[in-house]
Amino acid sequence: MPLHIIACVKQVPDPEAPASAFRVDEAAKKVVAAAGVTPVISQFDALAVEAALRIKDAAGDAKITVISLGPETARDVVKHSLAMGADEGVLLTDSAFDGDSYTTALALSKAIEKIGDYNLVLCGRQATDWDAGVVGYGIAEMLGIPSVSLAKSVTVQGDKVVVERVLMEGYDTIEAPLPALVTVSNELGEPRYPKLQQIMMAARKQVTIWGAGDLGLDASKVGAGAVRLNLERLFQPVSEVECEIVEGETPDEIATKLAQRLREQKII
Amino acid sequence: MANGILVAAEVSGGAVASITLEVLGAARRLADQMGKPAQAALVGSGVEGLAKELIAHGADQVFVVDEPALAKYSCDGFVAAMEKVNAAASPDAILMGQSDMGRDLGPRLAFRLGSVSAMDCLNVTGEGGKVIAERPCYGGNARATYSFNTSPAVISIRSKAQEPVARDDSRQGQVTKVDAGIDASAIRDKLVGHQEVAEEGIRLEDADVIVAGGRGIGSAEGFSVLEELARALGGAVGATRAACDNGWRPVSEQIGLTGKIVGPTLYFAVGISGASQHMAGCTGAKNIVAINKDPEAIVFKSSRFGIVDDYKKVLPALVEACRKLKA
Ligand SMILES: Cc1cc2nc3c(=O)[nH]c(=O)nc-3n(C[C@H](O)[C@H](O)[C@H](O)COP(=O)(O)OP(=O)(O)OC[C@H]3O[C@@H](n4cnc5c(N)ncnc54)[C@H](O)[C@@H]3O)c2cc1C
Ligand SMILES: Nc1ncnc2c1ncn2[C@@H]1O[C@H](COP(=O)(O)O)[C@@H](O)[C@H]1O
Repeated sequence: MPLHIIACVKQVPDPEAPASAFRVDEAAKKVVAAAGVTPVISQFDALAVEAALRIKDAAGDAKITVISLGPETARDVVKHSLAMGADEGVLLTDSAFDGDSYTTALALSKAIEKIGDYNLVLCGRQATDWDAGVVGYGIAEMLGIPSVSLAKSVTVQGDKVVVERVLMEGYDTIEAPLPALVTVSNELGEPRYPKLQQIMMAARKQVTIWGAGDLGLDASKVGAGAVRLNLERLFQPVSEVECEIVEGETPDEIATKLAQRLREQKII
Repeated sequence: MANGILVAAEVSGGAVASITLEVLGAARRLADQMGKPAQAALVGSGVEGLAKELIAHGADQVFVVDEPALAKYSCDGFVAAMEKVNAAASPDAILMGQSDMGRDLGPRLAFRLGSVSAMDCLNVTGEGGKVIAERPCYGGNARATYSFNTSPAVISIRSKAQEPVARDDSRQGQVTKVDAGIDASAIRDKLVGHQEVAEEGIRLEDADVIVAGGRGIGSAEGFSVLEELARALGGAVGATRAACDNGWRPVSEQIGLTGKIVGPTLYFAVGISGASQHMAGCTGAKNIVAINKDPEAIVFKSSRFGIVDDYKKVLPALVEACRKLKA
């Protein structure tokens, strides 16, 4: 049997959109979608797909299934992953899933069990909307498999996965038996960009859609009814710093003035 | 009945890690607000002697798991050990640093205990008997506060966000040994290699002055004048992801959400636009000086001083001016 890799991909508002386009509705505790800013695949999740493709390239043969949980529009990130080279796509969409990381991890783990016969699950280190960095661990815990985080490289050697795990200084090499879950960090490199022909092929591919019922989940046990982490407040931090622009006729004058100001303020 | 605020301590190079002292400070304040003791979990091999350090820095009670299989961090080993400590301590909340260990241990432990975690928090407070955690999200563009429906609340704290409490060797505390019986063969994530990336000079996390450069520097060579300024002020050089992605600087110098978190007295942001994901790494800086040729650059919004000009013109002069001041 060839390797079967599952990658979890989330759709997020473009994190590289200009800061001026970012707005929060404090009453609704939601980020307001800015006009003209299109949602994208979470950056680290594109890297999870990339890591899967690199393993497939090295093995010569492997199957890659991508799963996204989200609204109907999240089909776009599944399609994007298919265009990158993934083989099959699943979209979990159901209003019963509107909850916290617990529901997300539960639904994803149930979907992974339903897909079955997997060797490796890949996630991003954190979704680039809430920057939570928890869902991968929840999936691993619910599936009862080992987890290794912050990969800068992921390779499969026989029946184990070998991960270079990024540290503050340097990296560790960690081995775990398959099936395992690995979260991927930006040090992995760049994700491949789909070519036009691949985008056209992906457009024709069928995406499987599942709701809570398909996963055997009781709608009252997930989503709003099962929230464990309550969002109390969401707001934009305001900077209280007043910037003093240092000016002058020549670079020497500006530099001397700045150095003096820093000295006066006992900063240097 | 929950009994206190538990800190998962971290040992680095045979000593209590500095991040743990910061977390102990946060735990001490939270425990006082809630009228509960501050507890600490000391997990490792040959670590028992460090319990008194944790007490001197604010812990009332230390739970020690000292076993050979825990000599090095592993997710499986440390989650299992913390599960045992949690059963012995039954805390309201478990706090740890957002470190190599904490970011991995925290969420898996929370799910193991049937609870949830809030990671990379800046602050934690006790309001009306509830634990409230505050964390940045959306790449630093927004902040969220959370309360917890399940217990224990697992919370990791960003480095440089909290002050330690002053060391007091006369503080008294209780030390309890916990036998976790961790069997090395049950640890599935096995450490088989380690590569240290040696930093030259001052570590960014410890530097009092940082001269950071971004895409605006234009090339690897462009950074030499930043190095000179760092040298003149006894500081270190940092970079944005854009500068690292271009290969101008090593990734170990990247500052930001997915890089290092620094808190120097003085931070120069040179040729840096001020994207939230970069600024997330230097919110702890006491004074930011921005040098950018674009007067509209967002970086000026969080800077104390600014120069609107080409760095190539002003930086050499600034190196001279600083040398003169220091002489
Ligand atoms: C999930 C995620 C995580 C991220 N993590 C990080 C992170 O950890 N760290 C990080 O840094 N970034 C991170 N980023 C990237 C971040 O969003 C920005 O893209 C990046 O910080 C921009 O770097 P920069 O300021 O160097 O470049 P730019 O935004 O391109 O800015 C360059 C600036 O240089 C100025 N300039 C140009 N020439 C000159 C000159 N001659 N003299 C003076 N000024 C000049 C320009 O006016 C401009 O303001 C992350 C992004 C995402 C989505
Ligand atoms: N809604 C989702 N759909 C698919 N994968 C997700 C979803 N939410 C989180 N993940 C995965 O879990 C990782 C961590 O997410 P988070 O804990 O939300 O930061 C992401 O990088 C994804 O790989």
